[in-house]
Formats: sequence, structure tokens, C-alpha cells
Amino acid sequence: MFLALGLIVFALLQGLMAAKIIGSFWQLNITIIGINIILAASLNLINGYTGQFSLGHAGFMAVGAYVSVVLTTNFQVPFVPALLVGGVMAGLLGFLIGLPTLRLKGDYLAIATLGLGEIIRIVIMNIPYVGGAAGFKGIPHHTTFAWVFGFMLLTLFFIKNFVNSTHGRACIAIRENEIAAEAMGINTTKYKVMAFTIGAGFAGIAGGLFAHMFYIISPASFTFMQSFNYLIMVVLGGLGSLTGAIAGAFFVTFISAALASVPEFRMIIFALLLILLMFYRPQGLFGYVEITHLGPWREFFLRKERAKR
Amino acid sequence: MKKQELLRAENVSEVFGGLKAVSDFNFYINEGELVGLIGPNGAGKTTAFNLFTGVYKPTSGTISFAGKSIVGLKPHEITQQGIARTFQNIRLFSELSVLDNVKIAHHSRIKYGLGEAVLRVGRYLTEETAVEEESLRLLSIFKLESHAYELARELPYGAQRRLEIARALATQPKLLLLDEPAAGMNPQETKELMDMIRWVRDEFKLTVLLIEHDMSLVMGICERIYVLEYGMVIASGTPQEIQTNPDVIKAYLGGEE
Repeated sequence: MFLALGLIVFALLQGLMAAKIIGSFWQLNITIIGINIILAASLNLINGYTGQFSLGHAGFMAVGAYVSVVLTTNFQVPFVPALLVGGVMAGLLGFLIGLPTLRLKGDYLAIATLGLGEIIRIVIMNIPYVGGAAGFKGIPHHTTFAWVFGFMLLTLFFIKNFVNSTHGRACIAIRENEIAAEAMGINTTKYKVMAFTIGAGFAGIAGGLFAHMFYIISPASFTFMQSFNYLIMVVLGGLGSLTGAIAGAFFVTFISAALASVPEFRMIIFALLLILLMFYRPQGLFGYVEITHLGPWREFFLRKERAKR
Repeated sequence: MKKQELLRAENVSEVFGGLKAVSDFNFYINEGELVGLIGPNGAGKTTAFNLFTGVYKPTSGTISFAGKSIVGLKPHEITQQGIARTFQNIRLFSELSVLDNVKIAHHSRIKYGLGEAVLRVGRYLTEETAVEEESLRLLSIFKLESHAYELARELPYGAQRRLEIARALATQPKLLLLDEPAAGMNPQETKELMDMIRWVRDEFKLTVLLIEHDMSLVMGICERIYVLEYGMVIASGTPQEIQTNPDVIKAYLGGEE
């Protein structure tokens, strides 16, 4: 059902694009929204579901981006395998970074991951092979809306099923009460690192998709401001809600695109919106709730649950 | 038939900086027993629980469970060995449903891997159904099934305490540690709780160790009692022996020097 809904949305958007009802500006933005949904959803797995405050997402995105562009540009590796290798490398790095840093809690973890994200960026800046600060040029333009949408569905499908399994429940238990989670037989270190690795892996794939949209990428695209951006999407949409991550990614990208014509007011309006939202809905648009739990949907799904018994 | 010894602590000490929270603690509990641990505030009762469950590592001494040393094991490993606990200050997964709270506790017995979970095939389907049924059964034992889909934090206080016990039982322990299960309950609720603890012990073939301040509960259901003061065991024995022990009376009521 989830996939069917996704395909309908895809067909609709693709149709509108083909018919030129959606212009190229919005076409680009819709593709970016897709990539941002992957990033927000994967960050939500770490921040929202597992409750580990990470600010290094742009770093993992950068790893995925650079690994995949080097593979496609210098080694003529096909697009999808290059993306997947980029994701695996980012995940591997997430694993290696997660092992020591996830011993930290709260603010300390946030600062440590912020620093690590910056380290990744600065290391890339100092590798002449990938162009250093000037950026990596001559990237083939592979990313299409269809690929982005496909990987977005894959990410959402993966994370949705993950959080509804015993592994995901273990992560949520850690967020809710780490001491009780341990007392219930959950290996908290293992699951924190697992969530971090999976989140980093999907960020890497998103990075690869992002990089193949442009002719050139540079380390400047992956600063901690980007990490904050994804964090804003997650907090705005609702920590621990996939629907929220989608809504947050959509909202943030849409607002900054819509306000592109008034650049001098853009950040002011944006900041005001955030402040208002935090005043009136500190838990984010969706809180911990999924859209399937709300109103008429709730009835529908509960009935299905009962019918199973 | 001689009962098997389940848990034994020998000369256990726990030092925090200059404070000896527990010193030379000797303790044993046999299979199927219902034992109480009492003492004034700050006597080291909860510290003893934290030592048994691996939250703290003893500064010195040995703790063995079912014949094997458990010193140095992590809390989740000890839970997997068969010790479950509740907490003095309730620690539920408060933003999750009552049912999910119990489902989480099945974690260490679920065998399906990440792949099966993400693709929703194989053992995922059978095991999830089994966990759900088992969890609902436990909830109905504790009269919580009508609240199964409510959030844990929305439950009334007494029901939260019951949910903690249900959740601990879902890990299928051999030894259940209850940290002040009757705290904040009225006499009627305490009486119901007593009956429930006794019933649970027989039904699940458990061994129970409980910390409690409510003397009617402790004296009413415990077969043996340990009394702690300043981190040391000052008395142990049957409820009758404890009630007449001069050291205990002095510790609780204060005595003339």
C-alpha cells in the first residue's frame, strides 16, 4: 500500500513535469526535496528515534558525494553501484566514528559530531586528488527525478520497517530511557551504533544523488550549516516521526525556494516561522505521531489491526 | 528436596569516593524463595540491586548467579542470564504504548535479523505475531489489556507500577528484583499487590527479591528478610526473628546508648 501510494505520487509529479506544468525551477526544487527527505529521514533515525543528538550529517553526505563522483567520473563506474559504494563508505565511517563518540550523551555528543563533520570537510578540502577547496569538476549529470524518487522510497521503506521491528523498538527504548532499556536486555551501544551507521549510510546515498545533479561540487556545500538545515527539518517536522521528516524536508526546502525572489528577507521570515512553530508546537508538526495514526486514518488502521485477530 | 541456590553475594563492597555505600555484604537467595531487603533510607538497598544487575561493578567481592560469576557483565547481559528488575522511580518508556513497553522486553529472545525485519519476511512475521500475543497475555494478567494502546505515561500510578512488573516478566527472568513496588500505593492497592506478587511467583516459577518500606507487605509475604543499615547487613532471618531483633528495632526507632 505504501509503495502504491508512492507510485501514484511519482506518476502525478512526473506527468506534470512532462507536460511542463511544473517549470524547470520547481523541477529542480522537487528533486532537491526528494534528496532532503532522504537526509531528514536518516537523521531522524539517529536524532528522533534513537535520541542521539548528531550534528555531523553533512559530513557523511560529503563522503558519499565524493566517493561516488570519483567512481563515476574517474573510473566510469555506473551510477547506481557508485551511489551504493558511496553509501557503504559513509556508513562505514559512521560506524567507526560512532563507536567512540556514542559513549557521549546529549550536548557533548552534539559537539563531538559537529566537530567530526567539520573534520571530514576539511580533510576533503586538503586532498588535491578531489580538487581541494576549488571543488571536483566534470561530474556527469546522472541524477534524475526518477532516481531520487526511487531512492527516497527505498529509504522510507527501509526506515519504516526498521523502526517497526524489534531492532527499531530497541532504538526507541534507548531514546525513552536508556537505563530501563539496558535492564530489558538491550545492548544499547550496539543499537546506537547501528542507528548511526544506517543513518550515515543513507546520508551517503543522498550525497551521491546531490553531487550528480551538478557539474561541480566543493567542500563548501557540506558545511555544518547544512547539518543544521537537516536538523531544522527533523525538529520542525517532529522528532521520531517519518511523516514529520517528510513534512519538514518539504516545508524547509519549499519555503527557501519560494522566498528565493526576496533573498534579503528570506532568512528573517524563515527564522520567524521557526520561532513561532517552537512557541506553539515545540514537539514539531507531527510530534511522535505518524500520519497513519491521525483522525480518519487511525480508525482505518485500527480496524485493519482488529481484523487480523 | 533441597532447594538450589540461585544468587549469592560474598563480601561485596561498593565504594563511591569516600563513601562506603555497601560493605562486606553477604547474601544468598534460593530458587523459589521470596526474600525482602529492608533498611532505613540511604542504607544501600538500591545500591545492592544495582550491583546485582550490573549497573555498578563491585569494588571488591563476588556475585554469582546460578553458579556462574556475573561480576563485570553488562546490565543487558545479566538480563539475558535471567535477572529482571523494576525501578524505585518508575522508568517506563513513557511516550510509547503500553503494549510496546512489553514488546520491547522480548528483545533478547527475538532471533530475526535486520534483513528479515526490513523486508518483512521469514521469522519476522512469525516472531512478531508470537511477541504480540505473548505481550497481550501478560497485559491481561496484570489487568492492563484495556489500556494496551494508550501511552504508558497516561496510565494511573498504580497501573504504571503493574506495567513495570509485566515488562520485567516479559524478559522471562528466573529472578525478579522489585524496588519498592508498593511505593505510593494505598493500603488496598498494597494488599492487591501482595496477592499478585505471590501469585506471579507461583505461576511463573520465580524467585523474588524485593525492597520495601511498607512493613505490612514485607512481613506479610517475605519468607526471609535482610536488614541493611549504613551499607551493612545488621540482621537476617524470618519475619518473626526480625521483628524481635533488638538491633533492627534500634535501627528503625533509635535506641538509648
